[in-house]
Amino acid sequence: MKSLIAQSHSLADPEVQLDIINNQTEKVKRLEKFESKLNDIGLYPLKPTGIEIFQINVGYMCNMTCKHCHVDAGPDREEIMTKETLEYCLEALKHSDIETVDLTGGAPEMNPHFRWFVDEASKLDKHIIVRSNLTILDTRKFEDLPQFMADRGVEITCSLPFYNKRRTDAQRGEGTYDKSMKVLKILNEIGYGKEDTGLELNLVYNPVGAFLPGDQKSLKQQYKDRLWKDHGIVFNDLFTITNLPISRYLNFLVTSGNLDEYMEKLVTSFNPAAAEGVMCRNTISIGWDGTLYDCDFNQMLKMKTEDGSPQHIKDWDLESLNDREIKTNQHCFGCTAGAGSSCGGTTT
Amino acid sequence: MDKKYYDPEDLKKFGDVTEFQKELGDKFFEYYGSVFEEGALTKREKALIALAVAHVIQCPYCIDAYTDETLQEGCSEEQMMEAVHVATAIRGGASLVHGVQMMNKVKKLSM
Repeated sequence: MKSLIAQSHSLADPEVQLDIINNQTEKVKRLEKFESKLNDIGLYPLKPTGIEIFQINVGYMCNMTCKHCHVDAGPDREEIMTKETLEYCLEALKHSDIETVDLTGGAPEMNPHFRWFVDEASKLDKHIIVRSNLTILDTRKFEDLPQFMADRGVEITCSLPFYNKRRTDAQRGEGTYDKSMKVLKILNEIGYGKEDTGLELNLVYNPVGAFLPGDQKSLKQQYKDRLWKDHGIVFNDLFTITNLPISRYLNFLVTSGNLDEYMEKLVTSFNPAAAEGVMCRNTISIGWDGTLYDCDFNQMLKMKTEDGSPQHIKDWDLESLNDREIKTNQHCFGCTAGAGSSCGGTTT
Repeated sequence: MDKKYYDPEDLKKFGDVTEFQKELGDKFFEYYGSVFEEGALTKREKALIALAVAHVIQCPYCIDAYTDETLQEGCSEEQMMEAVHVATAIRGGASLVHGVQMMNKVKKLSM
């Protein structure tokens, strides 16, 4: 499967995406606006609570082309963060007390400077999270990475949209489940996911279709039971993530006739408590070219940080960024539905 | 008037039934809410039971609602279909068990 951008698909254009989730049908048009919901609970304009997580999208290249990918990542995407931009990131990290560096992509491992950057960030004593799709670690070029990451105490947070093969492969491609199980076993063997090793292995659940995630605690227990029973696999935590109506997932919603109902579901499930804890309030997202965004979703919609605040990593200014207004639109309902959604799971 | 007995949009108006009889409607929804809270059975188990019952009573609204609910609760397709088979087995068995009555009657009437 090719990325939307390689297909010259109209939905590769962020403006088209925003127009669809605001105006595609009469029902969508009538839905209350996100800003209005925030205003009702005294949260508008949305402001940061203080940046604690430095999320770097090191490139859109990926070995997979999952049906729901909000990045539209894939083997045909060539955007990759340069060493120079990564150096700007290190410089910013040196001058702030941000403790967590969250590496995402694409497949972050495919950035040619990945190992060097992890080493440098480790020297700064930062807690490093790598968002892995698991299957990349089953390729020859990257098979030594699990041990490399273990040696540096890197947390691995990996995608596994369901505990069975049918649904996992439906979303991420045939063969994904079997490869993922193989890699999870390898990670377990070197200590990941096991008590007292300090090597955190977390899984990410996201719905395979047009429905919301259920209770995180209950799903975690189901994953624990099934993965142990079926494969002898253990892990630390499970994060449930709601699919946001952008990019490839938006394409699915439109082509399957689910857009109206899904948008309505997101809006009617708005939870003020989840809104309080949205991840854009404590996270900054850095794009592959160094551009700053409020979150990885805004990055894909090319919604830069507010005018007047730093918009590129080389202009890093924590104080100014902590004082900015966060940009929002209708896709943000995805982070505030039900128990809330973030890269770290529910927000309530 | 639309010439349809069932309209998926009507499911969203379920709460409006209190318009014609508020007191009983409110009592029903309070009871309904309590039934589906986590208790001796998990919400997931209750959603699977509801899905099975929805098929027995052939309620399209309930089938839609509890298909969505069971998916949300993390049930797999196999689990959902097995729940429907449990309902079908009971429903089929309920007919078949009356075959004993028929057999008794046949034996009584026959030489």
